[in-house]
Amino acid sequence: MTVSDIVKSFGLKIRAGKNRLDEEVRGGYTGDLLSDVIAHSRKGNIWVTIQTHPNIVAVATMKELAGIILTGGREPDSETLRKAEEEGMPILVSSLLAFELTGKLYQMGISGMG
Amino acid sequence: MKLREIRDLLDAELITGDANLDKEIKYVNAADLISDVLAYSTGPGALLITGIIHPQVIYAANTMDLGAILFVRGKRPNEATLQLAIENQVPLLTTRYIMFETCGRLYQLGMRACIEKVKNVRG
Amino acid sequence: MSGAENNIHLHEMFHIAGGNFTNAGSISSQVKKILKEAGFSSRVIRRTSIATFEAEMNVICYASRGNLSLFITPDFLKIVVEDEGIGIPDVDLAMQEGYSTASERIHELGFGAGMGLSNIKNNTDGMILTSKFGQGTHLEFLISLEGEDKSVPLLNAGG
Repeated sequence: MTVSDIVKSFGLKIRAGKNRLDEEVRGGYTGDLLSDVIAHSRKGNIWVTIQTHPNIVAVATMKELAGIILTGGREPDSETLRKAEEEGMPILVSSLLAFELTGKLYQMGISGMG
Repeated sequence: MKLREIRDLLDAELITGDANLDKEIKYVNAADLISDVLAYSTGPGALLITGIIHPQVIYAANTMDLGAILFVRGKRPNEATLQLAIENQVPLLTTRYIMFETCGRLYQLGMRACIEKVKNVRG
Repeated sequence: MSGAENNIHLHEMFHIAGGNFTNAGSISSQVKKILKEAGFSSRVIRRTSIATFEAEMNVICYASRGNLSLFITPDFLKIVVEDEGIGIPDVDLAMQEGYSTASERIHELGFGAGMGLSNIKNNTDGMILTSKFGQGTHLEFLISLEGEDKSVPLLNAGG
């Protein structure tokens, strides 16, 4: 499954990283505490969060995540977008809350297990 | 779903002693930021899935009349948080699964978010 | 509002220490207890305690100290929060959901989502926020008691 498949399935809005949507998604990580994400997310994860500040791009890039989905209709800061374009990190937006979106991703077959 | 079923599904441990495990839980909110707990845990007696283990999460639970709190990734609160939870009669559980897996499993069994969708918040 | 101000049936003041993250929410819990004991409806209690929680967190995260006052009148509840601290350089910007100047440390404690002021706005019937950058912030908000059961003993205390 690719980031693009997820975008299509849930009608996510693409805010950055349009050209990197063919990345393969391997598992998911949900959370807003950056130190947790740094410690426990894995390469290829799709990251579900409500954090919008530029540090999310740094974390996602460092951990080689497949993309970031902002929940609850939250929009990224302009600096976050600029960094995401620079790094080629997809940023997607959903109006669902984290629980609901994570549940739906799980139902599609994306696992939270290594 | 009963709290007992949630515990069993996630190999979770009840850490506040003698809570009522027959308590029915219908709604869930997964959040690591207090403002999101306060904004979106509106279902009556909702379950909060979180990684925050500080006392403020118990005060938030008290404010929102949460049914229970489930800590993920094996996190355990310190003694102060635990005592506050017992005083406020908020059941605390901890599971070793990460938030993603925890949400996925509960969603699959029919648990739903407190709010289905939020309005476009900006613009 | 001036007429109603003469009719205050309860006034409690709480001190908030800036930077005291571990006790964040304790004043909101005390306010909730007062309102519960007074017999207000669960809707009024919930709205007031959510808004109070956010106001309390703002002082803890961004100010060096502050005071939070609760006023109960027959027609509304009013909370006034005054703090000394860095203040808010751009109040309009701060009101936007998602806007936050919180540090990483604040985020890791579960604060600073940029939702606080809009959570207050969404749970109250009127709010005023003014700030002097470098000095402090004054916030007050009202929760209307219209449609509330006026047999709440506290409201009858004054006659």
